[in-house]
Amino acid sequence: MTMTKTTYREAVRAGLREALQRDPLVFLMGEDVGRYGGTYACSHGLLEEFGPERIRDAPLSESAFVGAGIGAALGGMKPIVEVMTVNFSLLALDQIVNNAATIRHMSGGQFSIPLVLRMATGGGRQVAAQHSHSFEGWYAHIPGITVLTPATVTDAKGMLLAALREPDPVLIFEHAYLYPMEGELEEAGLVDISKAALRRQGRDVSLLTFGGSLWKSLEAAERLAAEGIEAEVIDLRVLRPLDTATILASVRKTHRAVIVDEAWRTGSFAAEISAQIMEGAFYDLDGPVARVCSAEAPLPYPKHLEDAALPNVEGIARAVRGLLGA
Amino acid sequence: MNVPADRNHALELLRQMLRIRRFEEKTAELYSLGKIRGFLHLYIGEEAVAVGALQALGPEDAVVATYREHGHALVRGTPAGSLMAELYGKANGCARGRGGSMHFFDASRRFYGGLAIVGGGLPVAVGLALADKLQGRPRVTACFFGDGAVAEGEFHESLNLAALWKLPVLFLCENNLYAMGTALARHQSQTDIARKAQAYNLPGEAVDGMDVLAVEAATAGAVETVRGGGGPYLLEYRTYRFRAHSMYDAERYRTKDEVEQWKQRDPIAAFEGLLREWKCLTSDDLAAIEADIAAEIDKAVAFAEAGAWEPVEDLTKDVYTERT
Ligand SMILES: Cc1ncc(C[n+]2csc(CCOP(=O)(O)OP(=O)(O)O)c2C)c(N)n1
Ligand SMILES: [Mg+2]
Repeated sequence: MTMTKTTYREAVRAGLREALQRDPLVFLMGEDVGRYGGTYACSHGLLEEFGPERIRDAPLSESAFVGAGIGAALGGMKPIVEVMTVNFSLLALDQIVNNAATIRHMSGGQFSIPLVLRMATGGGRQVAAQHSHSFEGWYAHIPGITVLTPATVTDAKGMLLAALREPDPVLIFEHAYLYPMEGELEEAGLVDISKAALRRQGRDVSLLTFGGSLWKSLEAAERLAAEGIEAEVIDLRVLRPLDTATILASVRKTHRAVIVDEAWRTGSFAAEISAQIMEGAFYDLDGPVARVCSAEAPLPYPKHLEDAALPNVEGIARAVRGLLGA
Repeated sequence: MNVPADRNHALELLRQMLRIRRFEEKTAELYSLGKIRGFLHLYIGEEAVAVGALQALGPEDAVVATYREHGHALVRGTPAGSLMAELYGKANGCARGRGGSMHFFDASRRFYGGLAIVGGGLPVAVGLALADKLQGRPRVTACFFGDGAVAEGEFHESLNLAALWKLPVLFLCENNLYAMGTALARHQSQTDIARKAQAYNLPGEAVDGMDVLAVEAATAGAVETVRGGGGPYLLEYRTYRFRAHSMYDAERYRTKDEVEQWKQRDPIAAFEGLLREWKCLTSDDLAAIEADIAAEIDKAVAFAEAGAWEPVEDLTKDVYTERT
């Protein structure tokens, strides 16, 4: 297996390039993906390499170009649609929920929508309430779509390539905080998008998380290790369909679970994970399941309030200590 | 064009444009010092639009703006200190520091944001106007948005709704030829934005947005129609942003040459030139205006620096109305 050091942003770009080179039916469409080079520079240089037919700058018409992605997929293309951020995907919600997610089933299986929809997600950059949402858990509520949350450099590329092999719509959420992050890109093999990933072995507690919160959870695990607490860290990475088996196996081993999710606690994806544990591993638990989520408020601009609102390393460690009575 | 009848008013237009320019130059400086964070979208180059347009409104009228709204709030009368404190994220800011650059609010001046989802302000403006109409108030709602917003369904839905119900809305499009990195001709099949009004049966008019007097005159005319019960009006101000879209923009999508060409039409320099030509402005006048503005901005920065941070305990305050 070859490894190369690169950034998350470059890994996404490498994935896009490989997809575009490999299959002439693949094209990229979205706001500022071409001349601007992508809001997060993920498509920098692709317009020059692949031309404006395949790297399509779209107007600020989220509903229309996401819907057009669905139509193009129905028409035999393999569109990668970039919605700049999850915040703006709300304008395309009807197309995603009412069309992309339903047409296969509603048509009695006659139609297939091999659409890949990428978008940045998450808070932590002081861009205030309207630009800091985390709705990947919301989207995971919807049957008919696959929801991926790559947190590592390898997953950033590998999950994109795997998503393109799917016959049904796949939503990929890239935490905006991760784009400049460096990591080792493993070149061998496709990422298995049916499985969660064990990121750290431990015996005392399971930290169940995904996306940008993975790195906070790993840091918390390090901090806890120094105190003699061994946390296992599971990167859920596929929110739908969920790999429940991996979650339950970890909880059966550690007997304790803390879920870390950047969304608001009420009705969060963390609540779903908690329910899965209740249903599948209740008698294996030594204590109640705990959740570390965002404060129940629109995300404010100033750093001290934003930090207080979002899950943080110390908050995660504290939740674990609370469970262990440490 | 004629020598303005009211010299003081002409000087006021110049002063307001300069206030915006100097205020924003200061914010760019403070951004590089890390005092201001997040997104910062500068209005530099487009000052004639907010200044000219807002002359036509009275204090009872409402304003809905975008994330590029520093100038609009300044002209509307929100104190510079309160805006600077908001940019710092301090509790003495116009929105307790919670919104920052993109989300100025000021109820006392009927300034309804500072809304940062492109196109999101238009339906809200329609509703504000509906409330006025239903309550028989002779007020108008001015809604600013960019050329990029014209591609959103909300633009089309709002124009139709406002025209259908004859609502007192001024749709004010600041066409600076780019939606982030996408040039007008790459995002509009019909680049003549004012003409889109025809499709929804409301008047539409394009104005030179680099000419503060033209902006003022056209907007005053539109306000008269709207206030008189004539229903909504679309104005397209043709303008240009001199700076990057936001602080993180490599500007790969336009040439330096193009920017330089537009800078030749700087609305402030142009108006200053006219005033001098008309003998309405001396170098001493200008120096006095600049000194005034510099003092105002120094005071604004001091006000922001002295401001307190909102206590963390208040994080979830005002998510809902407080009940006692
Ligand atoms: C619905 C939506 N899509 C995308 C964005 C990201 N975005 C912010 S500003 C902008 C460009 C808007 O251009 P325009 O309306 O012309 O206003 P300008 O910035 O030129 O003043 C984009 C794409 C957004 N805020 N909202
Ligand atoms: Mg624009």
